[in-house]
Amino acid sequence: MIDVRSISFRYHKSWVLQNVSFQVGKGEFIGVIGPNGSGKTTLLKILYRLLAPQQGEILFELLPLKKMSRIDIAKRIAVVAQETYLLFPFRVMEIVLMGRSPYLGHLMFERERDLEIAKKAMEWTEILNLSDRPIDELSGGERKRAFIARALVQESEVILLDEPTANLDIHHQIEFLNLILSLNRERGLTIVMATHDMNIASEFCDRLILLREGRIYRTGPPEEVITQETIETVYGCEVWVDQHPVSRMPRISILRKGGHEREALGRD
Amino acid sequence: MKVVTRKKVIIISTLLTILLILVILFSITLGSVKVKTLRSITILLQSILGLKEAGTETERTIILSLRFPRTLLAGLVGAGLSVSGAIFQALLRNPLADPYILGVSSGAAVGAIIAIFIGLGTLSFGLPLASFLGALLAIAVVFYFGRQDGKIHPNTLLLAGVIIGSFLSAIIMFFISISQREELHTIIFWLMGDFSFSNYQAIRIIFPYILLGFLLLYLRARHLNLILSGEESALQMGVDVERLKLISYLSASLITAASVSVCGLIGFVGLIVPHSVRLVFGPDHRLLIPSVALIGAAFLIASDTLARTLLAPTELPVGVITAAFGGPFFIYLLRTRKGVKTL
Repeated sequence: MIDVRSISFRYHKSWVLQNVSFQVGKGEFIGVIGPNGSGKTTLLKILYRLLAPQQGEILFELLPLKKMSRIDIAKRIAVVAQETYLLFPFRVMEIVLMGRSPYLGHLMFERERDLEIAKKAMEWTEILNLSDRPIDELSGGERKRAFIARALVQESEVILLDEPTANLDIHHQIEFLNLILSLNRERGLTIVMATHDMNIASEFCDRLILLREGRIYRTGPPEEVITQETIETVYGCEVWVDQHPVSRMPRISILRKGGHEREALGRD
Repeated sequence: MKVVTRKKVIIISTLLTILLILVILFSITLGSVKVKTLRSITILLQSILGLKEAGTETERTIILSLRFPRTLLAGLVGAGLSVSGAIFQALLRNPLADPYILGVSSGAAVGAIIAIFIGLGTLSFGLPLASFLGALLAIAVVFYFGRQDGKIHPNTLLLAGVIIGSFLSAIIMFFISISQREELHTIIFWLMGDFSFSNYQAIRIIFPYILLGFLLLYLRARHLNLILSGEESALQMGVDVERLKLISYLSASLITAASVSVCGLIGFVGLIVPHSVRLVFGPDHRLLIPSVALIGAAFLIASDTLARTLLAPTELPVGVITAAFGGPFFIYLLRTRKGVKTL
């Protein structure tokens, strides 16, 4: 579906992304991981053409992304950004309806159909009861769901998520990720999610892309990407990787300074 | 569900238009010379309908040549400043923005002051023309320096505006310091906002610009909503953000230039009217733009009426009234509505 062909990008002098290539298949749930400054957010921004790479190209279903119109991109790729700050508080319903914008053309007002689509999305994300509330009165978790609903009414094929679980407590993290997972599994939406939380990436994603200083260090299913060796090399810190007792996916545990714990566990 | 629909916009605009007409009628009945309330209204309506019967010659002159054009002009300027204030607040994403924030007003002031100095101030449209040119020049300079590689960065534009505004203020102060008494009075009144030179000519000159600005902005009302949630977010929704910003900034600047050129710098309207209306009707520009225009018009007409009647026959600068009454009213709105967080 998305074919990224050896793209390189720089803001100023130094390259932020170098020779990055990968493909995203239809209906895949991809996780992009890597240390701070490794280029995760930049990569997402390139995927919806907020930024244009200086080298290489991106094909979206065989069509070069740079030849697609803004409206076309908006109809096919939805984005849930890290934190959306609103100067003046719109109501939840108004925010969700904004997602219909690519379909309204020069129309000034939403049609009955658009309202129906928005209501359905809000039902689905369980925020219909909040529809008349100003967005700034919502909790972090509710606000995230409002923006997911906005992405849903865009009726896109792909949703890009940038650090969707930052600032959410564990309950809201799980709730949110299960929502995304069901979008992926039930509706066949393609998901690309950048995250710092490798346990989440390991648990929810089909495939991971591990970035290191703007290059792909490793890519593949979680059990191939998240290993003691890769994480320690890329992040430069000691971690403990074993298997999640239920899902059998790789699990990372953090270690205190000093090696006692590792000795206790029988490794060096 | 509280969503802005076409119906809602039409109903609210109609109600506000009725309010505006009432304010206009009320305004023309008041003044230092007493003309009976009903007779004033009769004179106006008959003149509009093409009949010219009621009232004495003097009364007709007072109503039709003095009060009515002045009221219309105040309305037009009130609408213009309020709408451009609302747009600057949205585009710069800064609640403190007002129509003068990009230095358009200072350009207009320099133009006006130079006109006063070289004696153009006495001509009927010499002053408006000079200040309009000054404002356009300021807009051109601000946009030249405020854009980088073909893009408008709000903060760069804001800085360019503030700096060019300060530079122009220096010129204004220089002229004030060397001016004679008579000039000084004209300059000071212009700087505080003054409708005493109103005539139909001024209305005819600025109306097309303000109307054009309104139309260009209103057609983009839905996209302006999107830009309130951030430029990146608007772009994700398929909006050509740079084009939207360029046209909106220029439209709002043009409206400001046209408004200040006929009456000088009236402060406060462009800041508090948009905020007050937002607190009541919400931030959606499809409803905000028409209601801000109508309420801004009514507010400035009412303020100007007070300015010319409060200490009659002495006239107060209308800016005194807008600030003195608008400020407390705004605080009241802030306190009663839960909008305190917004600012």
